[in-house]
Amino acid sequence: MKRPHPIKYDVQRHPALVRLSHWLQALAIFVMIGSGWRIYNSAPIFNFRFPIWATLGGDPPLSKVAHMDPGVANALNWHFTGMWLLALSYLVFLLHGLASGHFWQDLLPVRPKQIWRDAIAALTFRLDHRLGVYNAVQKALYWAVLFAILMMIATGLSIWKPVQLHWLTWVFGGYPTARVLHFFFMGCIVAFTVVHVALVVLVPKTMIAMVFGSVREPAPDQAAEPTPEVLAGE
Amino acid sequence: MSEQERIDPVKRPALADFDRRKLLRGGMSLGALTLLTGCDISDSDAVQKMFAYVSRWNNFVQAELFSGSTLAPEYPERLAVKDFRYNAWYQPPLAPVLDPKDFKLELSGLIETKTPWTVDRLRALPQKSQVTRHVCVEGWSMIGKWTGVPFRSFLERIGADTTARYVGFACADGYYESMDMPTALHPQTIMAFELSDQTLPTKYGFPFKMRVPTKLGFKNPKWVTAIYVTNRMPGGFWADRGYNWFSGI
Repeated sequence: MKRPHPIKYDVQRHPALVRLSHWLQALAIFVMIGSGWRIYNSAPIFNFRFPIWATLGGDPPLSKVAHMDPGVANALNWHFTGMWLLALSYLVFLLHGLASGHFWQDLLPVRPKQIWRDAIAALTFRLDHRLGVYNAVQKALYWAVLFAILMMIATGLSIWKPVQLHWLTWVFGGYPTARVLHFFFMGCIVAFTVVHVALVVLVPKTMIAMVFGSVREPAPDQAAEPTPEVLAGE
Repeated sequence: MSEQERIDPVKRPALADFDRRKLLRGGMSLGALTLLTGCDISDSDAVQKMFAYVSRWNNFVQAELFSGSTLAPEYPERLAVKDFRYNAWYQPPLAPVLDPKDFKLELSGLIETKTPWTVDRLRALPQKSQVTRHVCVEGWSMIGKWTGVPFRSFLERIGADTTARYVGFACADGYYESMDMPTALHPQTIMAFELSDQTLPTKYGFPFKMRVPTKLGFKNPKWVTAIYVTNRMPGGFWADRGYNWFSGI
């Protein structure tokens, strides 16, 4: 019995700071989108409103008495509270990713050809998942959502302060356009979240890593895992 | 983190992993339960208290961000909307109709000359026009042309204590509003007597409304009948109903 041993494992590991800022961002995005939809409903840009159950801002009849509105004051308060949480947790996540080298090492390089190849493989269910290894589509999506959150914060600032930060509002094409862009990037983040959560459901171990810090499984490119008896005998 | 590790499988804590998974599953189902029951905590006392606290913090941040010399963008006159949107918590027919013959603007608080002002006297003061964007807290916005008396010059004329913290407004429809002194002294803060070169119509606040292009729409009170200067935070109709008081833009 000359089996090479110990065996190789794929490992997914997230430092505490990454996990904390990840979940705080998740909470902030939940709050910002829920309250944002309630605010949107009070003056819709497009020809639809969000169902009230999908929005954040409390019970409308109760708000009619307390705030003389269907929960807009509550929603605005959520929004102007959540913005601090989002900005801070995003900043921590971003600075850590840049300073630790995580972004450069794990999310780069990413080339259009690879994205195309992996996207087709993923859509035809032929893309393998290995813990700790990001495929090109994943890499591209992580960069995209980092950008989308940045744009969400920037367009948000531009419609919150169209006078004090008028140059920023100008960059986004003026107040009404900036408002549409704020809505657009919300859509991008929602789309990302749907895909992100769906993939976690498909590969639940990644959730364990993001909650508890690390998870591993035997790497696929080796001989069958040795039985406990074999291990004990060595 | 991408890495491959060499670990002795004998030392691998398989049991710990298993327990963690169980814990996680439990946690997830708990989360799903609170979501499914539609647990919206917005109306709870604790959350309302948190909102009040954060709103005070946001007042402070916005006051710091405010610059007395940063001007609201002005637009070409052709972009000014002629048919401006009416906005209040009641319908236009209920808007107060003020007779210019009886109208008196009352002054009180930290002001030297508290003689009430008639419409004619007010309108005789030097006026300025602006084409600026009115931004509503709901998100919609509209460009309009307003003409009126720079509020700073009015405050100086009546001998208001411009070192005081707030200026308060009382309105004929029961509305009330207030603003910080730096905003009151901003060069674009005016007592608007005209909209689109016409005498301000009744439903927009005749005889005058405060036009404050550095604040959200609800901080632009209409049908103003009394102005006072104070160091005690006067609040405002919507601020007292949960909206942010500073509401600068």
